[in-house]
Amino acid sequence: MDGEQMTDATLPKLGALVDVPNEPGAKKPDPIVVGDDISRQFGGLRAVDVGHIEIQRGVITALIGPNGAGKTTLFNLLTGFDQPDSGSWTFNGQPIHKVPAFKVARRGMVRTFQLTKVLSKLSVMENMRLGATGQMGERWWMAPFRFLWEGQEREITERADELLVRFKLDAKKEDFAGSLSGGQRKLLEMARALMVDPELIMLDEPMAGVNPALKQSLLGHVKSLRDEGRTVLFVEHDMDMVRDISDWVIVMAQGRIVAEGTPAAVMADQRVIDAYLGAHHDTDLSDLDEAAIAEQVMTEIQEGE
Amino acid sequence: MDLMDVLRAALTQALGPNAIVFALAAIGLNIHFGYTGLLNFGQAGFMSVAAYGLAVTTVMADLPFWLGIVMSFLAPILLAIVLGVPTLRLRADYLAIVTIATAEILRLIFGSVEFKEQFGGSNGITGYAKTYKDMNPYSGELDLGILRFSKDDLWSVTVGWTLVALGCLLVWLLMRSPWGRVLRSIREDEDAVRSLGKNVFAYKMQALVLGGMFGGLAGLFLALKQASVVPSDYSTNITFFAYTALLIGGAARVLGPVVGSIIFWFLIAGLGSIFNQLTDGADPILPTWLMTDTQASLVRFIVTGLGLMLLMIYRPQGIFGDRREIAIDGR
Repeated sequence: MDGEQMTDATLPKLGALVDVPNEPGAKKPDPIVVGDDISRQFGGLRAVDVGHIEIQRGVITALIGPNGAGKTTLFNLLTGFDQPDSGSWTFNGQPIHKVPAFKVARRGMVRTFQLTKVLSKLSVMENMRLGATGQMGERWWMAPFRFLWEGQEREITERADELLVRFKLDAKKEDFAGSLSGGQRKLLEMARALMVDPELIMLDEPMAGVNPALKQSLLGHVKSLRDEGRTVLFVEHDMDMVRDISDWVIVMAQGRIVAEGTPAAVMADQRVIDAYLGAHHDTDLSDLDEAAIAEQVMTEIQEGE
Repeated sequence: MDLMDVLRAALTQALGPNAIVFALAAIGLNIHFGYTGLLNFGQAGFMSVAAYGLAVTTVMADLPFWLGIVMSFLAPILLAIVLGVPTLRLRADYLAIVTIATAEILRLIFGSVEFKEQFGGSNGITGYAKTYKDMNPYSGELDLGILRFSKDDLWSVTVGWTLVALGCLLVWLLMRSPWGRVLRSIREDEDAVRSLGKNVFAYKMQALVLGGMFGGLAGLFLALKQASVVPSDYSTNITFFAYTALLIGGAARVLGPVVGSIIFWFLIAGLGSIFNQLTDGADPILPTWLMTDTQASLVRFIVTGLGLMLLMIYRPQGIFGDRREIAIDGR
């Protein structure tokens, strides 16, 4: 795919968000997901209580908020992995709030998991092949007859090979997925999700447990998803990532959407800073002298005693 | 002590009809547990409905033998669907509880006085196997010295190992396919499979039905080879012995359950023969205060259990299993 051309094509879409007011539940010019009155209760706890949410097509939207804000629960609800107490939402204009998870995925809304779910006793290549949809060999009455699905399997393998090269996992393709490092598993999960060819890809903490070197390449991969014309929604605690790559940020706290806007606007919002980011969120830790930080921490600990 | 006798007893059982029954049942469990991760503790139930499907149709309803065979194929399919619909959407342990309970319920119903008219009570049903016996092409017994089969057993062994071979071929064809890949993935993590757009419930149901059909085939074969259906033959023991055979051979391997069953019966029969000889006669080799001949028939199970424990400790993947698959654990 020609990356540069695609970037140009998506630029107007990014621009389209300029006119969107920076407020919770803001209407977007071209939403791919629209949800209303979504609520989910766990016992007495209202984990998700979202009045209105819209996700703009073709951009990268970040979903941030403190632990327990309901981000992952909202992910589970939208993708059919959990059932809401109330609420409805549409994907591409079609209501999908009562559609089972596997059908949601087939329609083009694919998620990854906070704790990666690679199939550790299958090879990396087998993990990838599993992602392809509409496989004839996956039907039991065709499965015993190799000649029926051989050709399709070859096509799937070619596509998987291309993706593995792009995600730099091609050297590992015959290894068991269980032998991959944490960061490589994140990459594999993302690559496998792409085998489904989703319109909307939902990443649950793609940076968690990933080392800094791999982080940069993961950032590049997420951007390239947008540049291919896909919509990305991701949950993340890593503010550097949110600042770097997201076009729009939705902030959740205690199950509600408390703020929305461009990264710059949200990070400057006093309520967001108080509720989540903390006063020093702007300080880039890599700029500080590590020895100085260590010294300061030691002093604080000693004083604390 | 006559080692020839021990070897003959062991080999005849290891290659005989009993090993075939276990091999077929264990092939089914391999599809359930080995490939898909479904915990079916009620394989005896699938065996019994197939056996009674044949016997009731042929004897009690007086319908043709071949219709009985058709029934013994349909009954396990029906049972799998009935068990699967409520449990396969739930966590794995629910299937285990429901299957073990169902197998027991079926056994008790088949043996009950209340339904003696329909199922023959604790004496079971006989008199349906004539067509099967008449098809026997052999004219005499087979005696190779260390391997001895009667005329009837020779026919059963021929039919049985053919079924086992065909079953293994089918499992091999299925498990190398993308269908098999989905099953193995479900065993690892259903949610991951679901997130990739696969209908996990449908695949689990297909696996439950297919494995249940192999259980049914085991029950049908057992009913044919011994020409009687008795409820006590379908106790929960048989399920766990089939699991033992599967684990000895190695789960998720095509030939695992077959080799496991052969080894299991070789050990059971061989040890039985050894302990029998040790405690036999007026002046047994082992003094009676140490072990009586009634105890001897049970000691073989203790020794087999010990062997299984050692196997699990030193070779947890079984004889055929892949060490690497075991070594990588969790995430």
